[in-house]
Amino acid sequence: MLSFVAQRVAKGVIVLLAIVVLNFFLIRLAPGDPAVVMAGEAGASDQIFVQQLREKFGLDKPLPEQLFIYVKGIATLDLGFSFRQQAPVSKLILERLPATLLLTLTAFTISLMLGVLFGTFAARFAGTFLDTAITVFALIFYAMPIFWVALMGILLFSVTMEWLPSFGYETVGANLTGLAHVIDVAKHLIMPAMTLGLFFMATYTRMTRASMLEVKRLDFVKTARAKGLSDAVIQRRHVLRNALLPVVTLAGVHSGTLIGGAVITETVFAWPGIGRLMYDALLQRDYNLLLGVFVICSAMVLIFNLITDLVYRLVDPRIEYAT
Amino acid sequence: MSKRVLLGILLACGLTTLALAQEPKTGGVINAVIQPEPPGLMLAMVQNGPVQMVSGNIFEGLLRYSPKLEPQPELAESWSVSEDAKTYTFKLRKGVTWHDGKPFTAADVLFSIEMLKQTHARARNNLMQVDKVEAPDDYTVVFTLKQPFGPFLGIFEVGSMPMVPKHLYEGTDFKTNPYNNAPIGTGPFMFKEWQKGSFIRLVKNPHYYEKGKPYLDEIYWQVIPDAAARSVAYETGKVDVLPGGSVENFDVPRLSKLKDTCVTGAGWEFFSPLAWLWLNNRQGPLADKRVRQAVMYAIDRDFAKDVIWNGLGKVATGPSASTIKYYTDDVPKYPYDPAKAKALLKEAGYKGEKIRMLPLAYGETWQRWGEAVKQNLQDVGMNIETIATDVAGGNQKIGDWDYDIAFTYLYQYGDPALGVGRNYVSSAIAKGQVFNNVEGYSNPEIDKLFADGAVATPDSKRKEIYEKAQKILVEDVPVAWMLELQFPTITRCKVKNLITTGIGVNDGFKDAWLDK
Repeated sequence: MLSFVAQRVAKGVIVLLAIVVLNFFLIRLAPGDPAVVMAGEAGASDQIFVQQLREKFGLDKPLPEQLFIYVKGIATLDLGFSFRQQAPVSKLILERLPATLLLTLTAFTISLMLGVLFGTFAARFAGTFLDTAITVFALIFYAMPIFWVALMGILLFSVTMEWLPSFGYETVGANLTGLAHVIDVAKHLIMPAMTLGLFFMATYTRMTRASMLEVKRLDFVKTARAKGLSDAVIQRRHVLRNALLPVVTLAGVHSGTLIGGAVITETVFAWPGIGRLMYDALLQRDYNLLLGVFVICSAMVLIFNLITDLVYRLVDPRIEYAT
Repeated sequence: MSKRVLLGILLACGLTTLALAQEPKTGGVINAVIQPEPPGLMLAMVQNGPVQMVSGNIFEGLLRYSPKLEPQPELAESWSVSEDAKTYTFKLRKGVTWHDGKPFTAADVLFSIEMLKQTHARARNNLMQVDKVEAPDDYTVVFTLKQPFGPFLGIFEVGSMPMVPKHLYEGTDFKTNPYNNAPIGTGPFMFKEWQKGSFIRLVKNPHYYEKGKPYLDEIYWQVIPDAAARSVAYETGKVDVLPGGSVENFDVPRLSKLKDTCVTGAGWEFFSPLAWLWLNNRQGPLADKRVRQAVMYAIDRDFAKDVIWNGLGKVATGPSASTIKYYTDDVPKYPYDPAKAKALLKEAGYKGEKIRMLPLAYGETWQRWGEAVKQNLQDVGMNIETIATDVAGGNQKIGDWDYDIAFTYLYQYGDPALGVGRNYVSSAIAKGQVFNNVEGYSNPEIDKLFADGAVATPDSKRKEIYEKAQKILVEDVPVAWMLELQFPTITRCKVKNLITTGIGVNDGFKDAWLDK
């Protein structure tokens, strides 16, 4: 298993490097550069000022040299300096990473648990009203844009019912500690996590349902039934466990999409995560910060995929640690 | 007791109650929205709107400006001008300390000026006419100018020339100085905490030099990136102040009607934001003055004001906003007249050549405005193609002169020499930069008028020069002036005295108090 992990990590580093190089050039293809953005904001812009900014950002150097400097930095775990925010990139990302991890992991857990649960019920009662109800429910959340669900959630639960806070990570100025703080953060987390989670839940529901119906028809299920096992045991131990493999695959693939969805969710709910940091950095052409966020997100996706591979083994012991 | 006496007593009681009610109360916390999140808080390094809005509480300038843009004391308690209008002497307040306890002296002023020349493009331009700055003693600063410069007393507000602590910045790398993100100023509020992406917390400066001020204990600037979510935050009582531009215009009437809500358009007199369309004078149909005039006639600017901006603002008459010095409306007029626009286009021989238009990516209001203008121009037969970009991409295209029509709005900083001339004089044509003369208009007469206007004395002479410049520009239509924008500030009515100067919420909350 160790050699398997080592090989995957080595491959991951190569992929990461490729992502850095690709993104480095992609970002620079977009029109507009940080010096012009900042000069514009200063309310004045003259040649000396823009030139000074370019020199400060290192943008006056040839592209290959800029790339070399950047990659050299990455090799020493230095993600560079954000001149826009006047702080090291790693510091800016680390400040915001915990909020994103909390949001995405909660959303991921909600989506997977609800998705598998609903999918199992839909498969168990296939063709009945319950099946149709679950399918429609899942499709509604899949079809609606995340920002729309978010705004409707705010309207219903914050403005009309006044149950949940509409924005932020915690109640600003309340200075809560201990359990009260945990409850406060949890209250703020419910709507963003549900909004993000419900979108992905829909795909897991559909996938679990389809996969379970397929497995149900296989011979070993008939054998289990013939052995006289109860329906609940067959569903849980035999059907679900085998049906989960495609769901796990999908979950691994979704890890990247989840961060994409977090950009919108974090913006609508003013959740202080790296999704918003990425969006702001893009608008400001803050190259170093944007690349830094890309590196961290890519690393997270790679780690998620590694975990997915390991979970395969747990779900289905027949799978070898093949590389 | 006669009715008249009774009425008199009642009136007197009423007035007394009113007077008592208006006595500032100490204490309390204000939650205000800040959008977008400032990239830093060091005003000398970054000067965008949100930075000034927060840092205007932390830093101070030598002067403040009344809503009529008259200079008022701040860190300078008095000033005098020599007879030849070339020497300005400022007497600094004594007993002012930085938030770390060190005294503020003339040495800080001299250092700030040198630093700002390196880091603050606008300050550098404003200081071009300064020959030397000296400090004969710790509390006197003397500016000697190369020649008289009319708007000189208008360049000292906190955003244009913030005072920087010499002892923390001298000899350091300005861009990486740790105090950029935990600033130390002399202002009424001190920086306390910044949870990136969430809020910035400022607390009362207990050693502030104006006794009794500030009245508030704390200010929380809340970062809420989505416009709809900002409206909801106000509706649900989570924030008390929505500074101008925080919410989409179509939300303003609804929010204004909420209980205990007060709205004001004051506090933008110094900036006087003026919106116009850049028209590329260099190439294509817009190189012809008649086509540019046709654009002015074709656009229904009253519709834009009444519908898109919900009745806020004022139709612009020319290059100067009506709130800045030497404004005149005695200029050629361009009412909405599609027939005249069509006639002018015909006369100019316009044959339906494609015209590329860049809307401004500042949100829904600007997008709608872009659509309305496109429709107006199409109605008179112009072939408009909208090019969608984000702000950075749009700036790049405008700076590279790669556009035909582009939306913008710029601040005027109270005086035509500071915020108007830069958009029309030939010396401000420089490719690769934005917000100068990107339209490429060149007229030696205008160049001379703006050059003379900046240094002319007395004031009546300046007035004459700028009025003439306005007439010529409006006739030539180098750009198509649209609206004097108004960004209403929405607050709970219990927030008193929030806006007391011509810079409004950007000037700090030192006079504000809560009527609890």
